[in-house]
Amino acid sequence: MADPKTLFTYVLRLADDHLINAQRLGEWCGHAPTLEEDLSLANIGLDLLGQARALYTYAGEVESEGRTEDELAFLRPEREYLNVLLVEQPNGDFAHTIARQLIYATYMLPFWEAMRASRDETLAAIAAKAAKEVTYHLRHASEWTIRLGDGTDESRQRMITALDDLVSYTGELFETDNVTDAIVDASIGCDPAMLREAWDATIAEVLARAKLEMPSAPWMQAGGRGGRHTEHFGHLLSELQYMQRTYPDMVW
Amino acid sequence: MTEQATPLWEVFIRARNGLSHKHVGSLHAADAEMAMQAARDVYTRRGEGLSIWIARSADIVASDPVDKAMMFEPADSKIYRHPTFYQVPDDVENM
Repeated sequence: MADPKTLFTYVLRLADDHLINAQRLGEWCGHAPTLEEDLSLANIGLDLLGQARALYTYAGEVESEGRTEDELAFLRPEREYLNVLLVEQPNGDFAHTIARQLIYATYMLPFWEAMRASRDETLAAIAAKAAKEVTYHLRHASEWTIRLGDGTDESRQRMITALDDLVSYTGELFETDNVTDAIVDASIGCDPAMLREAWDATIAEVLARAKLEMPSAPWMQAGGRGGRHTEHFGHLLSELQYMQRTYPDMVW
Repeated sequence: MTEQATPLWEVFIRARNGLSHKHVGSLHAADAEMAMQAARDVYTRRGEGLSIWIARSADIVASDPVDKAMMFEPADSKIYRHPTFYQVPDDVENM
């Protein structure tokens, strides 16, 4: 068994990835290029939010200090959020959002599929539900990537720029440290490095159909798992936390 | 996006086994796959369906409202086409 503190950190990282990505997708609500996409992006965001809720609730149980999902989601300072930097990157144009979601969903699908075999029953149950949802997220992002990459000159250029801007945030997905090592040893979680092959293969396949290539990154950004975020994150949090900070304990 | 890049599609949903597909609305999409994804996201968010059909709106042949009198009014006076002249035996409870 991994000790509770390690398990808490592991689940919290996962929960933060989902909450922050959901918040970004929610920002599109009312602003997407078409009504159809407005609903699609909000749907995907809500899938992620649902996963985040289950994960925060479980993190609170593991921590055993009485913190609820709301306290974990809304009442921590910036440096205590442990999400990867990728998910906090601004929406940018539609191509940026699609590129970010493609990178993320391509990672999360093999992750959740592996997690179905977790020895942790709660995480295995969350994985069973999440895998179905993420299968669709990946399809959505893939189909758009193909159409933008193999579309008009402008859509293609925007997709290339988006991949250039985001490629340096992909390395963090595969980082290992003493938390992931302990979790893997306990057969609770899957080794992020093991997901690399599946991720590379899917990205290569989708980008080939899109007539695009994954650019190589001169270096990889890091820091999210240790609470060190990009300059965009404080702004995101101020909006995310506004209601709970202004009206503490409000429910609706 | 322009009408040319994203034409209109009609969406039909089958709610349960044994029911037929029913028209639920329309949407804009670049091609069949994207239309299917959009239909899923726009029309089945609350568990409305088990199956989706999509058809290009342009491929649907519709009756012309101008022809209403010719097309439909002749049927109004043919009451014998309704099965209302049969005596239902007492033993038949549900008909």
